[in-house]
Formats: sequence, C-alpha cells, structure tokens
Amino acid sequence: MSQTVTLTIDGRQVQAEAGTTLLEAARSVNIQIPHLCSNEELAPYGACRMCMVEIRQGQRTRLVASCIYEVEEGLEVQTVTERVLNVRRLVIELLLARNPTHPTLLKMAADLGIEKTRFEVEVKGCILCGLCVRTCREVVGVSAIGFEGRGTSRRVTTPFNEAPPDCIACGACATVCPVGVIPLKDKAGIRTIWKTDYPLQRCESCGRIIAPVKQLEYFAKITNQPLSHFTEHCVHCR
Amino acid sequence: MQEKIAHIIGKYHHDKGFLVPILQDVQKEFNYLPKEALTTVGALLQVPLSRIYEIATFYRAFSLTPRGKHQMSLCVGTACHVRGAPIIQDGIERVLGVKAGQTTADLEFTFETVNCLGACALGPILVVDGEYQGQMTLSKANKLLKKLGKKVATDEED
Ligand code: SF4
Ligand code: FES
Ligand code: FES
Repeated sequence: MSQTVTLTIDGRQVQAEAGTTLLEAARSVNIQIPHLCSNEELAPYGACRMCMVEIRQGQRTRLVASCIYEVEEGLEVQTVTERVLNVRRLVIELLLARNPTHPTLLKMAADLGIEKTRFEVEVKGCILCGLCVRTCREVVGVSAIGFEGRGTSRRVTTPFNEAPPDCIACGACATVCPVGVIPLKDKAGIRTIWKTDYPLQRCESCGRIIAPVKQLEYFAKITNQPLSHFTEHCVHCR
Repeated sequence: MQEKIAHIIGKYHHDKGFLVPILQDVQKEFNYLPKEALTTVGALLQVPLSRIYEIATFYRAFSLTPRGKHQMSLCVGTACHVRGAPIIQDGIERVLGVKAGQTTADLEFTFETVNCLGACALGPILVVDGEYQGQMTLSKANKLLKKLGKKVATDEED
C-alpha cells in the first residue's frame, strides 16, 4: 500500500510516494539536483553531500541530503539557496582536493562558479562515493571489494589488498566509478582488474569474446544452468 | 583454530549481527586477527570477506598484525596532552624503539596512543595491560616498563 504525499520543491507542488527521497521527487518534476553517490539501482547512502537542499519546517530551515531524506507531507524544499550553494561549493572543493582533474568534478565545480579548490591538494583519485563497493554488493551480489580503514586513510580495496577471492571480474566497479579510477584492462584474452588476471571466455560458435570465465561461472551458478548455456552461443550469433 | 572460532560463533548463535563482538572474542583468543581466522569467520557466518576486512580495519581496537604480550595505551586527548602526555610518549617510544601504533620486534610490547579515555581528571593516563594508571610521569612510565622487563637506560631523565 503506497501512500502519496504532497510537498513543494522550489515553489512547485509535487506528489510523491511516501518513503521515496527528495532527490527522486525533484527528479520526477525535472528539477535537477547535483549528486555523485546516489544511483537508482542502489540503496540510499548519503556519502558525497553534493545533493544538499534546504528544507523548511515551521519557522526553521535546515540543510539535508536530498538523496536520503524522505518526502514528507507539506514539506517545503528549496534546492537553490545561498546556503545550499555554499555547502555545495565547500563539498566540491573538498572533493577536488582529492581529485583535481576529473572532468565530471570540474564541470560540477564550474556550475557552482568554482575553478579550483582552496584546500591543499592530496591526489587520491577516489572520492569515496562508495558506488563501486555498493554495486558489487547490491547489484552484482558478490561483495568482492570494500573499504579499508577510516578517516583520511579510508580507501577502496580488496580484502587484505590481495587477489579478491569473490571477484568475478565483471568490471561493474570500474564502470560505475564516476571518476574512473579503477583500472581495468582487457588484452589478449585476459582481463586485469584489482591487480589480478582473469581469462576471458570466447564464444564457442563465433569466437567473439563474451565475458570473463568467472563471471559466466557465476551466472551459471545463480541461474542453475550448465556453464555451456552461456558459452555455446553469444548475443551476436544466437 | 577452526574449532575455537566455531565455538565463539556458536556462543552468538551464528548471528551476523554480532560480528563485532565475535571479532573481539577472536582477537582475545589469538591476540590479534589472523587472516585465516577472518576467512573462517566469513565462511561460517556467510559474511563476505570484504565486509569483515572493512570492519576489522575500521575499528582501532582490532589488529591484523600480532600484538605484543604487553599492551600500553597512552592517552593523548586534550587534557592529557596539556598535562604532559607528549613527553611521556617520547620517552616510551625511545625506550621501546617503536612509534605509537607499533609492536616491538620481540613481540613483548605494543604501544599506542588513544584520544581521551574519559578520565581526564586523572590525566595523563597510561593504560598498561588493561589497568589505568593515572597522573603518569616519565619516570613512572619508565618504572612500569622496567617492571615489565624492559631495560631502561636512564632512570633519572625527568
Ligand atoms: S573507486 Fe570510484 S566508485 Fe569507488 S568509491 Fe572511489 S570514486 Fe567511488
Ligand atoms: S548524492 Fe546525496 S549525498 Fe551523495
Ligand atoms: S584527555 Fe586523557 S582521559 Fe581525557
């Protein structure tokens, strides 16, 4: 049973299903809120803080992350106020201090009138949005990678920084990363990811590369089909 | 190792929700968290290794490397800091020949710093093998080290 609530976003009345987020409600009426760590396929997370908006409750207003804040009846939301822009500028500058060169971040910064960060740059590349880790866990379902440590030394890695036992070499992490910092290479029938080599399977009919063997084995396992089901033909020659 | 871990997990009814206390018990048993122990916990609880590694590296109370027989934690929180913790830290690091967060090569001592133990009135505080020692001074620290079998070169150095 879904219940509908009515709220206002930037002065517009918006209907949304209870339990959904402000970001989703805004998107449904084409109000764009910048965001980096939220993805429709994944559970709300709220790590990057780019999506901050201002809400009014009675006399008071406060800042919330729109990708994790749920819609409420009668809520008044402002997505572009001086206060909102200020925190977004701060956030993007902090992210630029970790990654000062990626076009996605530079574009977001430029939209906020920022050219470069005021903070000391310490290039890490990764902005810790967690998209890779969560995709591997929630979508792929193998949970091969995770975070290590915390605070300034927090980073994404494989358990013990070794070849990840659960990885199926699907490459979803590298694809989803908004700043492209996870290396993935396909060469001579081998995929290299997380510093580990995985053989790629060729289609038994036409010889085209289908996917890493481990990934197909995983498909076979979760669908309860023989492996040959995935290797005899590929999408091209089926 | 397998058996001991199975026993610990049994105490928590194989409930993944108790992962942190389970790891605490495992660490108590083996003095640190050996890799095989974490793999075993993961297999028995059906929790992905990446998840366990995440937790084991998040909390400072967990160690993935062997710890010394004696554990010394010096508080360097604000109150203890102004009361002279840095001098004590210097002294201990010099005597043990390791930096905070490290273990001596002979696996006798692990020395680390912590941030406020919530007993500021007694600061500076040094916790030695779980015992809180208040109003610490360099010479008191040296005496403690000596008692635990460490050769301390100069005793009069404070
Ligand atoms: S590696 Fe990429 S996807 Fe993963 S947390 Fe870092 S920035 Fe996000
Ligand atoms: S998109 Fe909301 S915190 Fe990242
Ligand atoms: S600062 Fe050391 S106990 Fe509070």
